[in-house]
Amino acid sequence: MLELKHIFKTYNAGTVNEQVLYQDFSLSIPEGQFVSVVGSNGSGKTSMLNLICGTILADSGQILINNTDVANQKDYVRHRRIGRVYQDPAKGTCPSMNILENLSIADNKGKFYGLSRGTNKARISYYKEMLHGLNLGLEDKINVPVGSLSGGQRQALALLMATMQPIEFLILDEHTAALDPKTAEIIMELTDKIVREKQVTTIMVTHNLRYAVQYGNRLLMMHQGSVILDKDEEEKRNITVDDILSIFNEISIECGN
Amino acid sequence: MALILSVLEQGMIYAIMGLGVYITYKILDFPDLTVDGSFPLGAAIGAILISKGFNPLLAILAAFGAGIIVGFLTGIIHVKLKVRDLLSGIIMMTALYTVNLRIAGRANLPIYDKTTIFDNSLTDSIFQGPLAQYKTVIIIFIITMISKYLLDWYLTTKSGFMLRAVGDNETIVTSQGVDKGKVKIVGLAISNALVTMSGCLFAQHQRFFDASMGTGTVVIGLASVIIGTSLFRRVTLLRVTSSVIIGSIIYRACVAAAIRLGMPSQDLKLITAVLFLIILVISMERKAKVKKNAGA
Repeated sequence: MLELKHIFKTYNAGTVNEQVLYQDFSLSIPEGQFVSVVGSNGSGKTSMLNLICGTILADSGQILINNTDVANQKDYVRHRRIGRVYQDPAKGTCPSMNILENLSIADNKGKFYGLSRGTNKARISYYKEMLHGLNLGLEDKINVPVGSLSGGQRQALALLMATMQPIEFLILDEHTAALDPKTAEIIMELTDKIVREKQVTTIMVTHNLRYAVQYGNRLLMMHQGSVILDKDEEEKRNITVDDILSIFNEISIECGN
Repeated sequence: MALILSVLEQGMIYAIMGLGVYITYKILDFPDLTVDGSFPLGAAIGAILISKGFNPLLAILAAFGAGIIVGFLTGIIHVKLKVRDLLSGIIMMTALYTVNLRIAGRANLPIYDKTTIFDNSLTDSIFQGPLAQYKTVIIIFIITMISKYLLDWYLTTKSGFMLRAVGDNETIVTSQGVDKGKVKIVGLAISNALVTMSGCLFAQHQRFFDASMGTGTVVIGLASVIIGTSLFRRVTLLRVTSSVIIGSIIYRACVAAAIRLGMPSQDLKLITAVLFLIILVISMERKAKVKKNAGA
């Protein structure tokens, strides 16, 4: 169970650029939920993910993971139970290291990185099997530096790496936005498969309304730092892309755009 | 022959420092100017311990230990006090000038007629007759190779993977639940330990410590790294660490050639700087780095 309670956050407080984002923002996500989050730019979607991961800190409020407040925990400590995939495929992998080394790093997540051998030969067949499941032919390229792979291949690898070790939360930050439509489709299907297999609580921010409708069992729409639409599994089934689009338009008119 | 030997000897001693610079500049992407202070620090420790009659091997170990502390401090200044990388190095470099003077006791400390790692009863008994002239170069080769293989080994460990990852993509280190600041500090400590060790060997080889001997060390290190990595970029069988060592020897040969061609030796630092500039321009390393810094 992940709970954000009474979060306040203002960027550049006290300056001319002061921008109030959250005023008493609260949200709770029960275990096992796959939440799709949509909303216009600046609505606070990515900031919400950054708050959960500790990339930015709230001015005040609580962030509870299974009733323990993690608001003051360092980002790297929180990441021990969080897997995150970014919009930029380059962020989830190390370009100068090869696939095997990248997977080995992820395989040791949460454990001590000491002076034992970085790659475990006994695990290679398991890695290859995992890569084979991607259907991208990466299993034959484990000694190729990740920097020479395509964006889609890298993102698939980043997704594998983020979910390799048991995690409590999977955070997807517009992770298909930088990919071509076909690759985005592959990555999205892969995401759904992994989330189902691992039964991991997932928060997916996306600008692709079709993905938001099609995947996951809860739909949130954010606007100006608050949730303006929250549909559970039952209600979500009957919602269409056009429904969401019309709400988007209503908001835009209210804002005078 | 004597010239070739001297190039090889000095080239390989500087190569150990080059390996340290390789860690910060290439792996960590951290331009560490501490090197200009930690190289003479190693020399100061070496000179004072040797002059007091301590075991030369102990002097090397002491220098290595001091380098770890120095790198650790640069790391703390950068990571914990949040001072920019370049400035952290400049602060340490400046502070070390005084520290080095204090350690050596004076600005110039010769150690002629003392037992060094190159000249002692053991090495004299092993290298006799025609072998004697190769004594120094063989000992330096062994020490440089040990440093190289230890560094190669470290870079394949889990801790070494984190070091390579942090320069590549900091985010991935955080994602694994590891404090990227600590990884950087470890990298700086190892780097500076190699540099002080190199400085200690240099003092034992040249048989003196001089307070101003550190000036331009980082440039020599960078030149070695850039020559090595750009010349052998396509030679996949050669490890980068080996390339750096060869780069250092090539660089030393260039300097020796410049002096041989009639450049007075007081122009050494100017030669160093101009050579480095030429290397930078030729290797086009400049482009990527400047672009990156301009964007930041």
